[in-house]
Amino acid sequence: MSTAPTTLTSKKSSTSSKILILITYSVFILLLIIPLVQIVIGAFNHGVQSLFQALLRPEALHAMWITLSVVVVVTLLNTLFGVLTAIMLVRGQWLSSRVRRFLNSMIDLPFAVSPVIGGFMIMLLLGPQTVMGAFFSDLGMPIVYAFPGMVLATLFVTFPLMIREIAPVLQEIGTQQEEAASMLGAYSWTTFWKVTWPSIRWGVTYGVVLTVARSLGEFGAVLVVSGNIMNKTQTMTTLVYQDVDNFNIAAANSVALVLAVCSITLLLVMEWAKRRKGVHTHAH
Amino acid sequence: MNAVLNHKGALWGFRTTLLLYMFLLIILPITGIYAHSLSAGWNMFVESISDPLAWKAVWLTLRLSLLAMVINMVIGTITAWVLHRYQFPGRTLLNSLVDLPFALPTAVGGLMILLLLGPNSSVGQWADAIGIRIVFGEPAIVVAMVFVTFPFVIRAVQPLLEEADKTQEEAAHTLGASKWRTFYQVLLPQMRPGIISGGMLAFSRAMAEFGAVVLVAGNIPGKTLIASVYIFGEIESDNPQGAAAVSVILLTLSFLVLWFINTLQAKEGR
Repeated sequence: MSTAPTTLTSKKSSTSSKILILITYSVFILLLIIPLVQIVIGAFNHGVQSLFQALLRPEALHAMWITLSVVVVVTLLNTLFGVLTAIMLVRGQWLSSRVRRFLNSMIDLPFAVSPVIGGFMIMLLLGPQTVMGAFFSDLGMPIVYAFPGMVLATLFVTFPLMIREIAPVLQEIGTQQEEAASMLGAYSWTTFWKVTWPSIRWGVTYGVVLTVARSLGEFGAVLVVSGNIMNKTQTMTTLVYQDVDNFNIAAANSVALVLAVCSITLLLVMEWAKRRKGVHTHAH
Repeated sequence: MNAVLNHKGALWGFRTTLLLYMFLLIILPITGIYAHSLSAGWNMFVESISDPLAWKAVWLTLRLSLLAMVINMVIGTITAWVLHRYQFPGRTLLNSLVDLPFALPTAVGGLMILLLLGPNSSVGQWADAIGIRIVFGEPAIVVAMVFVTFPFVIRAVQPLLEEADKTQEEAAHTLGASKWRTFYQVLLPQMRPGIISGGMLAFSRAMAEFGAVVLVAGNIPGKTLIASVYIFGEIESDNPQGAAAVSVILLTLSFLVLWFINTLQAKEGR
């Protein structure tokens, strides 16, 4: 938020630049700021009491619990598998480079898949009418219309996030340090913690924040897989959807406010992690 | 721990688990959906996709996603340029706000649009008075798509601007080229790869969008029903065949876009 020195501005601040800045401000205000303010105002529109009433409904509390559980489980699994997969793709000499290139091109696929289709895929493979689905329900652990399916759907959607943060860093730092450490006798586990981890730490932090944001906000895939059963598989986002469907806009707005506050907090953490990571921008 | 990790069997098991995880989570489901769409035979597939409502949904999605892409390419380029080039109060704040649509749940994005432009809002009532339907009509779908894909072009153009060689621009200026000429002949070519790849990403994301759109589109079959909502409807009404057929069309389009972006980036990288 720095103001430019006068010499620079006098040279640059022609009418056209003023117009461009004005356009940019209008885009941000119309597209981002007004809607955000609207969510806050809307939530308090019917008084603080009705806001809390909407949030303390049993189904709302249950939805918060489910969302929290999905976020925690997915973030843990995606971080673990994401870091390991990234290491495998960049460092795995045991795979031929062709296989690695093939796997690498598979990573981004979930970005191209509509969340609804992502959920639908899980239905097709593990739904109640399928062999696998029947097998798991007989074991007493149904997957679709239950928690495991929601975790799977969210894992699918968040899969690329961690890998795409870490793989470039691993590529960039190269293997020299790790090799030196190995030669000096430090073995793989120690090498990882002492040499690899410090360099990917901020990438992992950023990946975790992205994963939390995405799993918190996932809607389409979870809606399909969960069946949106109240007090059972309903998450915060699918509750917002149901409230809107029932024309209970005020209640939807209250839940949305909680989600928006979480998102903005995550956005702030993202900014902080980005700065620590020392990378300016990312497309995903 | 080291002893366990270095054990040959453990290492083998570990590697298999990783490959299996990727295979089961990503590759199997995607091939599964293609297989399912053709499982009842080619004729059934053709029949499913030639359902006029399915076609209309796919066509509407393509048309509106293209429109959202073009809008994003224009405002994204301007925004990236202004954020990079000019110093003005609030610049850092705006730059951080760019990522908001990525961080915000899409259902919340949809609700925002509903609240702002819906029938009970002042904008909605004003538009109604002059005979334009925003929410439950095409305009709201485009707004939802633009909102959700807003960061793509900006985040693709910004790194290019940071890397760009400023001397070229200065040379053009010194040689007496007008501002617009400098823009078209020097700056725009520098930004072009970012505008294209960011725009394509925005396009594929807009085609796939569900959460924000389903809340504002009204979902009238043949009119405001987009492909992803159509698929959802077919799943709900227990017609996996129809859902799979449209999914395959949508997926193939997205994969082509992704492939195109990768080729483009590989070319730029060399």
